[in-house]
Amino acid sequence: MSNNSVLFDTPGPKAAARHRIYTVLAVVVLLGLLAVAVMRLADNNQFEGRKWEPFVSPVYIERFLVDGVLETLKMAVAAIILAVIFGALFGIGKLSEHRPLRWFSWLVVEFWRAVPVLLAMVLVFYVWGIDRGDTGAFWSVVVALMLYNGAVLAEVFRAGINAVPKGQVEAAYALGMRKTAVMMQIQLPQAVKIMLPALISQMVVALKDTSLGYAVAAPGLTNVAKLTYNSPSNGQNIIPTVLVTAGLYIVMNLILTWIATWVQKKFVGEKRIDVAAAAAGQD
Amino acid sequence: MRRLKFGMAAAALLVAGSTLAGCGDAGEDGDGGVDVSAEDDCDGKFDDGTPMAELADAGSINVGVKYDQPGLGFMDAGSDIPTGFDVEIAKLLVADLCIDPEDTDAVNYEETISDNREPYLESGRVDLVLASYSITDERRQIVGQTGPYMVTGQQILVPADSDVESIADLKGEEVCSAAGSTSLENVNKEGAVGVPAETYGQCAEDVANGTVPAMSTDGSILLGLAAQYDGELKVVGDEFSEERIGVGYSKDEPEMCEWINGVLEESFENGDWEDAFNATLGGDDVEVPEPPALDECQA
Amino acid sequence: MDVVWENREAILIGFTHTVLLFLIAGIGSLLLGTVIAAMRVGPIGVLRVAAVIYVSLVRNTPLLMVLLLFRYGLPKLNIKFDFVDIVVPTTAGDIRLNNIFTACVIGLSIYTAAFVAEAIRSGINAVPLGQAEAARAIGLPFGGVMREVILPQAFRATVPPLASVQIALIKNTTVAGAVGVVEAFNVMRSMTNNYAGSRIEIFIAFALIFVVLVEVYSFAAHRLERRWRIA
Repeated sequence: MSNNSVLFDTPGPKAAARHRIYTVLAVVVLLGLLAVAVMRLADNNQFEGRKWEPFVSPVYIERFLVDGVLETLKMAVAAIILAVIFGALFGIGKLSEHRPLRWFSWLVVEFWRAVPVLLAMVLVFYVWGIDRGDTGAFWSVVVALMLYNGAVLAEVFRAGINAVPKGQVEAAYALGMRKTAVMMQIQLPQAVKIMLPALISQMVVALKDTSLGYAVAAPGLTNVAKLTYNSPSNGQNIIPTVLVTAGLYIVMNLILTWIATWVQKKFVGEKRIDVAAAAAGQD
Repeated sequence: MRRLKFGMAAAALLVAGSTLAGCGDAGEDGDGGVDVSAEDDCDGKFDDGTPMAELADAGSINVGVKYDQPGLGFMDAGSDIPTGFDVEIAKLLVADLCIDPEDTDAVNYEETISDNREPYLESGRVDLVLASYSITDERRQIVGQTGPYMVTGQQILVPADSDVESIADLKGEEVCSAAGSTSLENVNKEGAVGVPAETYGQCAEDVANGTVPAMSTDGSILLGLAAQYDGELKVVGDEFSEERIGVGYSKDEPEMCEWINGVLEESFENGDWEDAFNATLGGDDVEVPEPPALDECQA
Repeated sequence: MDVVWENREAILIGFTHTVLLFLIAGIGSLLLGTVIAAMRVGPIGVLRVAAVIYVSLVRNTPLLMVLLLFRYGLPKLNIKFDFVDIVVPTTAGDIRLNNIFTACVIGLSIYTAAFVAEAIRSGINAVPLGQAEAARAIGLPFGGVMREVILPQAFRATVPPLASVQIALIKNTTVAGAVGVVEAFNVMRSMTNNYAGSRIEIFIAFALIFVVLVEVYSFAAHRLERRWRIA
C-alpha cells in the first residue's frame, strides 16, 4: 500500500469523527454478519459434537496429515519440478532461432495455457492412468498440472531470459562463447534468480489445483475430506469438513507464500520483473 | 508483514491443535459389518492350477470395491477396511479361500470407480470386483460376471409430502443419482433430467433439503436412505428397471464362476447372506428380500 | 470426429452453460471485487483489514472447496438457491439455470472477486500519484477522487490483469461441472464414458473449443486495452 495516503487527506477533526462513525458502523455490520453466520450454523446443528469429532480424533488427524497434506504436497512438488523442466524447454524453444521450433513451442504453450486443467486431468487419467490404481491417479494429476503450469512458466522463463541485460550476452559472444554456453552459463542462471518468486507463487496455484484430483479419485487432502463428510457416522458434516480442509490449504499456501517472500529477499533483493509476476500467480 | 504473522499464528494453532488431539474417538468404533472367519483348511480344497488354488496358496487377494457408496461399499477415512453389502459378500468369498478378510496384509481392497472396473480385471490388478457391478451383456464380452447376489429395481425417493407417484411424473424434472452410474442413465432414458452427485447419500440430502425434487436408484439403497431420515422421505413407484448386481472376475479364469456361485448359494442357505444384508442395507423398516436365482455358468 | 458431430447438440448445451456461468459470474465478481478493492484502499481501517483477510483467505482456498460449500454445504443451513429456476427449452435441449447452477455462479463470483480485487488494486497503484494529488487539491473527497479520477483510469490499467483473471474464470467454470452443472466438462466426461474408443478426439474437440473461447476473449481484451490506453 505505497500510495494509500495519497488517495485521501489526513483526516481533520470533522472527517476523523466521520471515520469513527463509519468504523463503528463497519464493525457492527461485520460482527453482525459473523453473528448471523454462527447463529445459522447453530440453528442447523452444525456444532453437534459428532460432526466435529473426527478433527480431534487421532485416526482422522493422521489421515488428514499423512494421506491428505503430505500427498497433496507430494503432488504439488512433483508437478512444479516437472513444470519447471517443461517451462524451461518450451520457454527457450520460443526464443529459438529456428522458426519451426519456435512455432511448435508457441503452439504447445498456447494450447496448454488455454485448456482447463480439469479436462487435461481427465484425459491423462482415462488414456493412461485408469488401470494403474492410486499411482495412476496421482500421476495423472501431476502430469496435467505439469502441462498447465509448465505452459505458464514457459512465458515466465522467456520474460526472465529477456530481462537479462543484452550487454552481458554480447560480451559473452565477444569472448567467443557459443550460443548454448551463453544460454546455460549467462542467461539461464540469472533468469532463474529473477524468476524464483514467480515460480513459488505458481506453486500455490499448483497446490490449489491438486484438489481437482477429486474428479479422478486421486489421493490428497480433498479426497480425505470427501471420505470424511460422506461417512454416515459423522452425521453429514460437510460444512465442518470443508472449513477444516480449506483451513489446511490456506495454512499450506501461506507458508509457501512466506517462503517465497523470504527467498526473494535473500536471493533477488527488491528487483522484480513484472511480466513474470503478472504471468504467474493467476490461476 | 501482517500476513506473515497471521500465517505463523495459523501454523502454531495447527500444531497446538494436533498436540491437543486425542480426545475424540471418531473412526474407532470397529469396522461395522459381520465377523466372518476364514476357513482354516484349504489343502486340496481346490484343484491344482485353478485360480482359487493359487490365491489360497498365496494367501493374498486383491478385491475391487466402491469406496464412496455408504451401505454398499464405503471406506471411512477413519478405518482401514471398507464396509457395506458388497464388501460383506466379498468377505464371504475371501474367507472361503482360507484368507482372513479382516487382515489388511492379506486382503487388499482396491477402490474401483465405475469407469475402471473392466480395465482392473483385464490387467489383473484385482482378482474380484464387487462394486455395485450390474451384470450386462456388453460387460460379459470383456470380463466374467456371475451371480447375481442381489437383484434390485430402480425406484424413486421423494419427500414425504410429495405427490409424485412414479418416474413418469418426473418428466423434465431433475432427478439425482450417483455420477457414472447406470441409474443416472436410466433416469435420462425415462425423460427426467439426471443430476449427478458424488454419492447416493448426497442425493438423499439434496432431496431432503429440496435441492432436487427426487432421486432414483436401486430400491434397497433407497429404503436404507429413507430409514436414515426417519419419515422425512419415502420410496415410491414401481421398479422401472432391473439391476442384477454380480461379481466380476477375469475372463481368463472361467473356473472362478462355479466357485463364486457355490459360495453365494451356500450363503443364501446358511443365513450369511441375510446377516450381511441386515448389517448393511437393512434397517428397522427394511424387509430382507429373497435371495436371487443365480445365473448358469457358461462352460 | 463423427462422435463429436453426432453429439453436437449436447456439446452446444454444455458450452452454453459454460458461457452463461462465465458471463454471470464474471459480472458478479467484477462488482464484488470492485467493492473489496475500494475497501482495501479506503480510509476506514476496519474495512481495510476485512478486505485483506477476505482476499488472503479466498485466494489460498481451492475453488473446489468453495463450490462444495455452496453446492452441498449451504443447503444444510437452509440456504438454498432455488430463487432462480429458469428453464429455456431449445431444439438442442434445455438450458437449465437451476439452484445448482446458481450455487455455482455465486461460489465462482465470490472466489473470483478476490482476484479481481487484487487486479484492480494493482491498477489503482498504476495511476500516477500526481493525478490523485491534483484531484484532492481541487477539494474532492475520497469518494470523488476514486469515482471521478482514479477508478476510470485504474480500470484501463486493470484491463490486462483483469483479462487474465477472467480467462482463468472461463477455465474455472469446469469445476462447476464436477459438482453437477451440466456444462462442457460434464458433457465431455459423460461422452468419454460412453465412447471409450474416441476419448482422445473428444478431448481435442473440447480443448479446441476452449482454446477458441480463450483466444476470442484475449483478442477482445487486447483491443479494449489499445483503445483505452492511458495517454
